[in-house]
Amino acid sequence: MLATNNLQVNDLCVNFGGLQAVNKVSFSLKPQSLGALIGPNGAGKTTVFNALTGLCRVSSGQIEFANEHIANQPAHYIARRGIARTFQNIRLFKNLTVLDNLRIAYHQNRQYPLLSAIFLTTKFRQEEKQITAKAEEALSLVNLSERSQSLAGSLPYGEQRRVEIARALMLNPHLLLLDEPAAGMNPQETQTLLQLIRDLRNNLKLSILLIEHDMKLVMNLCEELFVLDYGQLIAAGCPKTVQNDPRVIQAYLGGKTA
Amino acid sequence: MRRNIPKMNRRTMYTGLALALIYLLVHGLQAFGLLLSYHVQILSLACINIILVVSLNLINGFTGQFSIGHAGFLAVGAYSSAYLTVTFHTPFFVALLVGAIFAGIVGLIIGLPALRLKGDYLAIATLGFGEIIRVIILNTQAVGGARGFSGIPNYTTFGNSYLLAILTVFVIRNFVNSDHGRACLAIREDEIAAESLGVHSTYFKTLAFSLGAFFAGIAGGLFSHYLQYMAPTSGQIGFMKSIDILIMLVLGGLGNITGSVIAAVVLTIVPELLRGFAEYRMVIYSIILILVMIYRPDGLLGGRSLGYARLKNSIEGVKAHASHK
Repeated sequence: MLATNNLQVNDLCVNFGGLQAVNKVSFSLKPQSLGALIGPNGAGKTTVFNALTGLCRVSSGQIEFANEHIANQPAHYIARRGIARTFQNIRLFKNLTVLDNLRIAYHQNRQYPLLSAIFLTTKFRQEEKQITAKAEEALSLVNLSERSQSLAGSLPYGEQRRVEIARALMLNPHLLLLDEPAAGMNPQETQTLLQLIRDLRNNLKLSILLIEHDMKLVMNLCEELFVLDYGQLIAAGCPKTVQNDPRVIQAYLGGKTA
Repeated sequence: MRRNIPKMNRRTMYTGLALALIYLLVHGLQAFGLLLSYHVQILSLACINIILVVSLNLINGFTGQFSIGHAGFLAVGAYSSAYLTVTFHTPFFVALLVGAIFAGIVGLIIGLPALRLKGDYLAIATLGFGEIIRVIILNTQAVGGARGFSGIPNYTTFGNSYLLAILTVFVIRNFVNSDHGRACLAIREDEIAAESLGVHSTYFKTLAFSLGAFFAGIAGGLFSHYLQYMAPTSGQIGFMKSIDILIMLVLGGLGNITGSVIAAVVLTIVPELLRGFAEYRMVIYSIILILVMIYRPDGLLGGRSLGYARLKNSIEGVKAHASHK
């Protein structure tokens, strides 16, 4: 079954009024692979993520995940199909505890009905215990067990990013999208993050696609790169090929127009 | 048939005991003539206000959808249940339930279009819907139209309003502590993040809105059988009433159930205590509100709720302090 959980994007276009933010982008990601979406600022990377997760409208093109067309499906539906994400500008529930942030993400797997919660039945109590245990487990994956009762907004930046990853993991995703996971982290934190992402892929058997500007991290970590510039895919392949692609060098460093 | 009753733990027992004691205390004091029926009536009104504020808290405080049309749902419950008891002599609890269900359905009908809006826009829309309900009632001759609806039987007692207030707090507290409640909190905190975690935000916003409307409908039924006369005025079922409820909510603290209960009781009693000041009554009342907002911007309890853990902590704190001396 795992083989069917691949992502296939065909001729994806996203227009905002007259602006073509994403223009005919096609790529695919095999199960359990580590991919990265890179490109200069404003290239449309986050827009691709938003299109994949249903947060912005797809103007044309298809997105297929696990043999199902998911373009323009509601965000909560896509989340239930197994695509989880983090955000560039961290979207934790800042006034809630870290543990509650994670418990919310168990939502789609919750079994008990509302009446069971209102009358505090045994079923409700047992499942709530399970949810808490699951959240604590996810928190230990990112090494933040001791923070479970802190308010999410009070944590340092790097820890907030890890909480957001743990929260996404609560969805039991097949595909995890990380939007600039290393932004604002110091070199040591970045190193821990690199190891964490590797472990997640290997232990949880999921595919990870990330957007990142830290090229060292990207080149060390990822097997497949997709380079966007002005909304178009200009190169794709393994890190070596992409690094030496003249169009990529031009997009990043500038140069003569071809 | 054996029902699946959870093991009664100590806390629920203590809470039940305390609640029963309050009830017995009120009746005891009344029997000894220390509380007049006027006082007991104010306490009934306080219970009705608890239901209103706690149910509005579910919508505004926990789900973060700023509604200022809560009196509209109160009106639906008040008039429909009164119509049933007056015209069909329906038993009171049946009338209350029907009124509440009716209010919940109206909440659903209003919520579906209105909850597409956010923030200020939603507030204005709910205000508008509240006024629509009032004007419809004003022009419905079957419930007295502009003359008001009189001859409603006096069914509301301290006992039944107290019981229903407890029931409301119990249901809404348990709702908030469930996965459903967490979904609502997530929507309040960040709707986009909630959606991306699989929360169907429209569903939960509408659910919270209709549930809030349902309980406002119960409060309405108690209200009309308490006053025995309903007038379609702004202060009783319109904008001013909505604002009254909102003031209690904000004073108690958004998202704080204990705060809502305390604020509802205090703000029901304070205007009565100030009756001695005659025409300055509302001026003093407003000054109190301003002072509380300046010194307690997060509500009377300052964002904390009065749970057992906190009570235990403060008792231990006092003990430690005493032994230190």
